[in-house]
Amino acid sequence: MRSLMIERPSEVRNGRREMSLLKMKVSTLRFLAQTVLLLFWSAMAAWASEPKGSSPNGTNIFAPASSAAKSIAGLSVFVLVITGIIFVVVFGLLVYSLVKFRGRSTDAGREPAQVYGSTQIELAWTIIPILIVVVLFLATARVIHAIQDAPEPPGAVDVTVIGHQYWWEYRYPKLGIVTANELHIPVSDPSHPTPTFLQLLSADTDHSFWVPELGGKTDLIPNHPNRMWIDPQRSGIFLGQCAQYCGVQHAKMLLRVSVDSPEDFASWVRDQQQPAVQDASVAAGRRVFENNACMNCHAVAGTPANGRFGPDLTHLMSRATIAAGAAENTHDNLRLWVQDPSAIKPGSLMPAMKLTDADLDAVVSYMETLR
Amino acid sequence: MSAIANPIPQAPATWRLPDRGKVAMASLIVAESAIFTIFVVAYLFYLGKSLTGPTPREVLETPIFYTICLLSSSLTIHLAAKSLARGIGFAFLGLWLLTIALGGLFLYGTAQEWRRLIYEHGLTISTNLFGTTYYSLVGLHAFHVTAGLIMLLTVAVFGLYGRVGVKQSGHIEVLSMYWHFVDVVWVVVFTVVYVLGR
Amino acid sequence: MSSNAITIPRVQIDEKPWVDTLHEWVTTVDHKQLGVLYILYALLFLVIAGVEALLIRIQLMFPHNHFVSPEVFNRLFTMHGTTMVFFMGMPILFGFANYLVPLMIGARDMAFPRLNAFSFWLSALGGFLFYFSLVGANGLYGAGNAPDVGWWAYAPLTARAFSPGHSTDYWALALLVSGFGSIGTAINIIATILCMRCPGMKLSRMPLLVWLNLVMAGMVLISVSPLSAAQIMLVIDRYLGGHFFDAQAGGSAVLWMHFFWIFGHPEVYILIIPCFAFMSEIIPVFSRKPIFGYPVMVAATVCIGFVSMSVWAHHMFSVGMNSYANSFFTLTTMAVGVPTGIKIFNWIGTMWGGRIQFKVPMLFCIAFLFQFLIAGLTGVMLGSAAFASQLTLSYFVVAHFHYTLVGGVVFAVFAAIYYWYPKITGRMLNETLGKWHFWLFVIGFHLTFDLMHVPGLLGMPRRIYTYEPGRGWDTLNLLISIGAFIQAIAILLFVANLLISYFKGDKAGNDPWDAWTLEWATSSPPPPYNFASVPVVASRRPLWDLKHPEDPDSLYE
Repeated sequence: MRSLMIERPSEVRNGRREMSLLKMKVSTLRFLAQTVLLLFWSAMAAWASEPKGSSPNGTNIFAPASSAAKSIAGLSVFVLVITGIIFVVVFGLLVYSLVKFRGRSTDAGREPAQVYGSTQIELAWTIIPILIVVVLFLATARVIHAIQDAPEPPGAVDVTVIGHQYWWEYRYPKLGIVTANELHIPVSDPSHPTPTFLQLLSADTDHSFWVPELGGKTDLIPNHPNRMWIDPQRSGIFLGQCAQYCGVQHAKMLLRVSVDSPEDFASWVRDQQQPAVQDASVAAGRRVFENNACMNCHAVAGTPANGRFGPDLTHLMSRATIAAGAAENTHDNLRLWVQDPSAIKPGSLMPAMKLTDADLDAVVSYMETLR
Repeated sequence: MSAIANPIPQAPATWRLPDRGKVAMASLIVAESAIFTIFVVAYLFYLGKSLTGPTPREVLETPIFYTICLLSSSLTIHLAAKSLARGIGFAFLGLWLLTIALGGLFLYGTAQEWRRLIYEHGLTISTNLFGTTYYSLVGLHAFHVTAGLIMLLTVAVFGLYGRVGVKQSGHIEVLSMYWHFVDVVWVVVFTVVYVLGR
Repeated sequence: MSSNAITIPRVQIDEKPWVDTLHEWVTTVDHKQLGVLYILYALLFLVIAGVEALLIRIQLMFPHNHFVSPEVFNRLFTMHGTTMVFFMGMPILFGFANYLVPLMIGARDMAFPRLNAFSFWLSALGGFLFYFSLVGANGLYGAGNAPDVGWWAYAPLTARAFSPGHSTDYWALALLVSGFGSIGTAINIIATILCMRCPGMKLSRMPLLVWLNLVMAGMVLISVSPLSAAQIMLVIDRYLGGHFFDAQAGGSAVLWMHFFWIFGHPEVYILIIPCFAFMSEIIPVFSRKPIFGYPVMVAATVCIGFVSMSVWAHHMFSVGMNSYANSFFTLTTMAVGVPTGIKIFNWIGTMWGGRIQFKVPMLFCIAFLFQFLIAGLTGVMLGSAAFASQLTLSYFVVAHFHYTLVGGVVFAVFAAIYYWYPKITGRMLNETLGKWHFWLFVIGFHLTFDLMHVPGLLGMPRRIYTYEPGRGWDTLNLLISIGAFIQAIAILLFVANLLISYFKGDKAGNDPWDAWTLEWATSSPPPPYNFASVPVVASRRPLWDLKHPEDPDSLYE
């Protein structure tokens, strides 16, 4: 039987020694450490000075404002603590073994004890993780059931949300309201909850409704109705955006939820239930609207316009933003949007209407009466 | 005093490893089974969910005869492989050709059925969910039968020219594994489409 | 005791004309050359997809940036993801498997050398086809070409109605082609490992790299096929009027998600298991001890292989499955963390009591351990369905999977390259350049991907070409982008190291690391026939036995 020829390795190759990391000059190490720390702290400082946290600009999952979001945040902290402990323990063991068992030049040529394993240790570090998994699973399952299987109380508001490329349609079936892009719901008092139950549908591709401070996200999938509920416990504006890639302008399909006091909500509902304002001074603009292709896509209640492809414009001026949050609802933005939507939201499915300036001004004046 | 073990190991007295052709074909069969499983899952998921059009009950006729053809071709290929291993050349060739004929008959039966479905009942792959899932699943199987037949025909040509002997019986066994797989898939497809689905 | 050299002394050969060398490489069926071809191909796509990542990060440096249009951005992240998974990750790991498995089992070549070559060229064709879409396809409204549906290509965005033109077809067809190549390679790996081992190498004596590649190959067979099936269905929908995912006809978009993720989740284990293999080979050598708990390492990997087939819907926690399904997938997802965690403990156990040498391959391994620990823990967070309903589809997920794929896979691949480059080329990579590469890459990696978790927690979703200012995401995105550039510089150093060392590196010799598996018993690079005579082994570390005849492993196993 022939043997295999083995070359004895040598520590010194070509007259040069391999330099181990720990023999690096102490000053270099110190310099590196200082630079890293400096960068780290500046980054933290810059970040800390930015506005974040709760509304109106916040989308922080750790600033929950509804019971679903709160129970998720509580569970999250629990999971973070447990995983944090695991990290500290394992990382500690790793660092300890690196420091204690690092090779020294005095070791050259001698091999350490060749240990193959240890049944007790391996058993221990199998059983403990299994127990941790069971605990985490049970904690999670409780929250899942509490959120997903909650029954709908009688005082709940029902909203049907229909996702479109790239805007949100909201219908309140029991209240006879159709609106778009800005959701108004009543604040919910924990002692007498008035949650809002959302039915989630889609007219085209997949979307996802995510307002982090009000709850986890749920997708809107065509031919697959979903249901979620939110019971916001403080009033204000809550922001979010579509979270499932739905096409070119997925990034600008923003969500703006206005949580109103019961009185404000009731008055908003009353306003939305009215047909469109009929203002004779903008009759020219209204004619432009109705004679061009606008009414093929848009609806204005109380007029012949009843297109459903685009947002309902009956109460356009009750909204703070246009184009699903892509721009503020100002005269200039509205004019720019009608003139050429791709200037604000390139890839939006509204075509540039190519109106003359006169027609453009007229139709914008008309739209500005749709309060 | 420690004993110094002989550093040069002795080869074990016997060292037999599985035949690589069989292992490879078994692996291929595993992968193909995964593909078929997905199509079967889609078929079962969409049963009864078509919004329009002909339903399985209305249009499907159980192809008992052609199924018997395909399943008996498994028997003939098995006997062919055994004959070859024993060196009985003409029995091998005869049974091999019979296998091809039975497989061909099965494909003919599938073609007949599709012709009937398309021209008499208007069921195509784009008609409804049933059409899509039916033609995909049965079509995928028929494609595998066709691929198998091409391989069998190639071997038949070599066989007719006297190039297939006992030495090739390992390869023939690997090929017959594939053919058995095609038959087992048909049993599953048949059950799902013609028994469960109606 | 006389011993014969394991290589036949080289006959003096005249230098070949480069045309003949090119011909040799293009027509080769030798597993070592095909392995190198896979690795070079993957490194090329690493650079291409890396450039795509840099472009993405430039666009995201500031809110409302206008560096690229939304159409181009969407194509960039689709190409980046698809390229990194299918044309970088899979090929480089197949390349190492191709190169190392026959050597480690004492075989002459893979079981089916021609199938090996065919699989490589199929995969190469897939990559070429995918990038040909930049020239060949036409997308939405005739403008644009590369696929822009995301690497997961959710229905119904991929339907003809929402993705006209051919860009989505390039996605489906390129991956179908390379998928078949992957299945071919997997079949080859399994047949090689089961049927070509040298005498004495029972399954319980195979190096862990061989075991783990066996498990990986088995997983490829079972999980790449569902993707191929789903892509065939997609093509039927797009071209034959099928309704698999057509909501209007009663079809289900969720069915695509299930099929895709039944592939997609095992796929990430397919990517990480060979990296576990690298760890299991490299860490013992630089700790100077055998792997701690070999049988459990094998069992844990097989366990991961099976359990990972049952976790896929944790990618679908927002889809609206019922609470029982969500709970089930929470349980299985957390359960798969147990065998994975065990492996990390075993690696630490290997280093424990050893004499650790901080050579560059070991540095990358240590970083891998640290990073994979964190990635696993963020994975546990994402596995908790309720917590995940906030985290999913946000930058937290992006941070998590880049932690596993860059912090895990890429670091492990770097470790493997530094470790086996001497064997493949006969020259050592430069240690100083290697250390610069390592530290720069670590700094850049952590700057980018540690911070990236935070925008996710602050509500930043994925796949957006721009974002609103004032939500707390602005500074973080800027820093993340800076980290990306630091990583890019590190990669440049790495490429420079590969090239310079090829011509000027120290000669490696057979066994520069004093290692114990069979590939170190032959020359560097190995001769075409690998071993002059078929090796016979009696333990898991045949070279340890030869170097330490007074204390061979064969007495203890």
